[in-house]
Amino acid sequence: MSQAGTGTHAPGDAPALPKVFEGAGRRELDAILKQYPTKQAALLPALWMVQEKHGWASPAGMAEVAEVLGLTVAYVKGVVTFYTMYHQHPVGKNFVQVCTTSPCSVCGAEGVVDAFLKATGCKRMGETSPDGLWTIVEAECLGACGFATPVLINDDFIESVTAGSVPALVARYR
Amino acid sequence: MGYPHPSHPRETVLVSRYFGDAAARPYDGWVKRGGYQALEHSLGIGREKVIEEVKLSGVRGRGGAGFPAGVKWDFMPRERTRPHYLVCNADEGEPGTFKDREILRWTPHAVIEGCAIAAYAVQAEHIYIYIRGEFTEPLRVMRQAVDEAYAKGVLGDNAMGRGIRIDVTIHRGAGSYICGEETALMNSIEGKRGNPRIRPPFPAAAGLWGCPTTINNVETMAAVPHIILKGGAWYKGLALSSPKSTGTKLFSVCGNIARPGNYEVTMGFPLHDLLFDLAGGMPPGRRLKAVQPGGCSVPFITAEEAAETLLDYEGCLAKGTQLGSGGMIVYDDSADIVHQVMRLARFYAHESCAQCTQCREGTAWTTKILQRILHGEGRMEDLDLLVDLGDQMTGTTICVLSDSCAVAVGSAIAKFRPDFEAYVRSGRAVAAV
Amino acid sequence: MSDLVKLTIEGREVEAPRGTTILEAAKLAGVLIPHYCYHPSLRIAGVCRMCLVEIEGWPKLAASCATTVVPGQVVHVSSKQAKAARQGVLEFLLINHPLDCPICDQAGECELQDYVFQEGRSGTRYGAYAKRFNPVEDFGPDVLYVPNRCILCTRCVRFMDHVAEESVLNVSDRGDRAHIGIDAGRTLDHAWSGNVVDLCPVGSLISKDFLHKARVWDLDRTASVCSGCTQGCNVVLETRDNAVLRVRPRPNAEVNRHFICDYGRFNYDWLNRADRIEAPLVRENGRVVPVDWDRAIERTVDVLRSAKAPWVGLVSPGASCEALEAAAKLLALGGGAGAFRVAEGEEAPLPGVPDLALRKERAPNVHGAVAAGFSRDWDRAVADARDAGLVFVLGEDLAGTQALPPGVPLIYVGTVLPESARDAAVVLPCANMAEEEGSFVNLRGLRQAYCQAKTPPGMARPAGWVLEEVLAALGAEAGVAA
Repeated sequence: MSQAGTGTHAPGDAPALPKVFEGAGRRELDAILKQYPTKQAALLPALWMVQEKHGWASPAGMAEVAEVLGLTVAYVKGVVTFYTMYHQHPVGKNFVQVCTTSPCSVCGAEGVVDAFLKATGCKRMGETSPDGLWTIVEAECLGACGFATPVLINDDFIESVTAGSVPALVARYR
Repeated sequence: MGYPHPSHPRETVLVSRYFGDAAARPYDGWVKRGGYQALEHSLGIGREKVIEEVKLSGVRGRGGAGFPAGVKWDFMPRERTRPHYLVCNADEGEPGTFKDREILRWTPHAVIEGCAIAAYAVQAEHIYIYIRGEFTEPLRVMRQAVDEAYAKGVLGDNAMGRGIRIDVTIHRGAGSYICGEETALMNSIEGKRGNPRIRPPFPAAAGLWGCPTTINNVETMAAVPHIILKGGAWYKGLALSSPKSTGTKLFSVCGNIARPGNYEVTMGFPLHDLLFDLAGGMPPGRRLKAVQPGGCSVPFITAEEAAETLLDYEGCLAKGTQLGSGGMIVYDDSADIVHQVMRLARFYAHESCAQCTQCREGTAWTTKILQRILHGEGRMEDLDLLVDLGDQMTGTTICVLSDSCAVAVGSAIAKFRPDFEAYVRSGRAVAAV
Repeated sequence: MSDLVKLTIEGREVEAPRGTTILEAAKLAGVLIPHYCYHPSLRIAGVCRMCLVEIEGWPKLAASCATTVVPGQVVHVSSKQAKAARQGVLEFLLINHPLDCPICDQAGECELQDYVFQEGRSGTRYGAYAKRFNPVEDFGPDVLYVPNRCILCTRCVRFMDHVAEESVLNVSDRGDRAHIGIDAGRTLDHAWSGNVVDLCPVGSLISKDFLHKARVWDLDRTASVCSGCTQGCNVVLETRDNAVLRVRPRPNAEVNRHFICDYGRFNYDWLNRADRIEAPLVRENGRVVPVDWDRAIERTVDVLRSAKAPWVGLVSPGASCEALEAAAKLLALGGGAGAFRVAEGEEAPLPGVPDLALRKERAPNVHGAVAAGFSRDWDRAVADARDAGLVFVLGEDLAGTQALPPGVPLIYVGTVLPESARDAAVVLPCANMAEEEGSFVNLRGLRQAYCQAKTPPGMARPAGWVLEEVLAALGAEAGVAA
């Protein structure tokens, strides 16, 4: 569930987010557009670019994507809310996804989640830690069941995490 | 190989030969290991011969559907009036399955080569490799390999110097199990919500952007170069039991097992031997309780049934389960089957795209019932209700996600009813393991 | 090879053109297959799963909205399997449904109610589980969205996407969390967006204009034609206690398919105006006196007989063909002619339907007026009126025009009495278009009839009748005025 980050973001007082599709960003988008016969097909890649730059699928980012691809904001939003990896709110500096589907569940995945919550100070899943550094969520099967329990920390895919190995892992990322 | 463990002598190592061999990843290393000879050969013998060999080999889609790949390629129009597309399904998301990730990150060029051969065969000039968003390492490795392939002239306007165009785009998914379903995957590439499409039309008639499209799984693509080099007849000969299930299959063994990993064996291999000989058997002090041999969407089988199951499409059907993706989830006697079934129902409810009424509401309702049972508030009627809901969710929807939920829940109740009844009777919650 | 396919549906043999869906073929056979997401004017979605039928020889039930007919098919709609499937869909739709029919506007015309009564299971197995709850959203300006009642048929989204071609609605989230969303900065203000309320099979998208106004089973429905512009969309006027409470589209494949624009949909208050002329009025001894129709016609004939030529007519392009034709005949007797003027507004096409738009000319019978011989040169007619022997006004309030010269006799036929007609020699009250039968000619020259939906007030009569009476009275005596 994209329940990440109920944090302290207040749209009114946040500084304006930088444009995504200008300069190098525009060139990157143009290169992407060349690879598809329609502009609409560049939507998922464009949203990844927004999330890369803004840290989440910000309204400003979605509006920019809509404009540059000739889509409506409502359409873009409908797509964003379908895919769980696009954050609909800002998240902690380290976004942690722990797989808890059955193959990992029988190998103690819930214990790994609890260990993360404890080690990071997050009160519960989906909530950003008070220091803004961590958001822990459970993920559905991450495709590394033989390496239970796999964990994604931002873009780092870490295999074979156990409840015991969590504190050291958290310390590395702090 | 039983990667990350060393190969077992009883494995038939084909697609997994270079798992763990970092030197196989780069283009030069791959060519040293015989890479791209199959593509060269294919361009020489012509597309019809390529399709013939793949048909002869009998290789069936390794993603889970098991449809003969050669027959699929044969569906593509011979007269090209619109662009044709080749799609590689690397959205591996079936719980229990983790083989494609290995193929992608250890042998990226095998995937490129297989896709290029397929694209040539079906007259596609553009290949989309759809990699799930969470596979950050395969994404990095594949992007690098594609860059290399372009640099070395394998891909591009003059692929392999033969004057044909083969382009590859890596398309990153963004978190959706259902995008592994071929029509949902196409919608996702097109920049839409990952909703499965109604069929007909089928992809070979109208796929990406309404154009003829062929979609194959990573493992299927990785097998293609071997089929071309050693011949379809050779591949067809790799069959230990049913002649309709040929070649090798990667089984992703996971869950409660001593040596989890990917094991590549010839079709028809005994399940019991895979678990207890190759994969080291149960953890110390534990007994085998249940297996889902093909991912979480296939029926549970008991230890007794597992002991008699042969791992091919027909063998699994004979035992009331399915080969599926080959994602073998092993449950020992410490596993709480009821809790795991609830967890699976919750998985399906989370992943439902929301189009079909039965799936959207049924997966969520099923989860709620199981949660109540786990909290000690279940009733005996709930078990019959779950089976009944499962019937309503089977054969009635656009895709088979709801059928899969029904299968997992229904087979667990059928095979492990005492576990469920214990929860109902005890009237109190039993702590999850 | 024939282009017609023969198959059997529910034991009835039917022939349908190749490419027809089983659902549409069933209609030809007189069989209604229950469905939600399918709509003939929208792209096929196949998501509600309500239309599943059993086809002999097929391993699974088939969605009849998305399956084309095959020669020799034998289709069962009420077989045990098909009915069980429908009961299953209904059960699933009801588990999160608030069952608030007592306060839901859709009650009585709700397809969820209809099919549940028809073949749902009584009682639910959902028991004490909590229902999904989301607050009502104002999609504005007129549309409210009640997520708890939504069955996710996506008709509204498909309409906005493909017919209105303005993708302002979406499906948000996944699974049983899915709901219809609207672009945060926008409202549903597209000129044709009111149609989503009609399309919604349940009470999820509802109209503020109709909110809690009336129970649909208290409404009478009358076939009519929209009087908003020259498109001539076919409508249904829904009335209760002699007032029009709602206007809805009536399907017409040639003119408006299944849709009407918001301007036409909400522009009906004027049909219910209370400040109507309720009796014919004549001037007697310097005073205006109500009289009966015989006296009124008599007096009209007198005025006409003593009037010099030419007579000038100032008519409304909202009048019926019958009234305009009679008026033209009348004016011809006086050696005169008439003109009309028409209010204009922005044209608003519905892109997904060919040749359908809210037209610039905001009157229903411009082309009827032209066909009857009336000119568009209003200014010229008003100028001519200064020197006319008689001015005849039909349904025009003459607002913004120069006052008519006091010496020229004025005969006024209309629904309300404007300032400009205070000095009329004769005032003849007429029905508005909801209170009469009549016809309009649309911009494509199509003459369309409308029926009477309510009774006119007092002694008001259809203008066409009034003018025919006058003509008859004039012709009944020798020596018609020239």
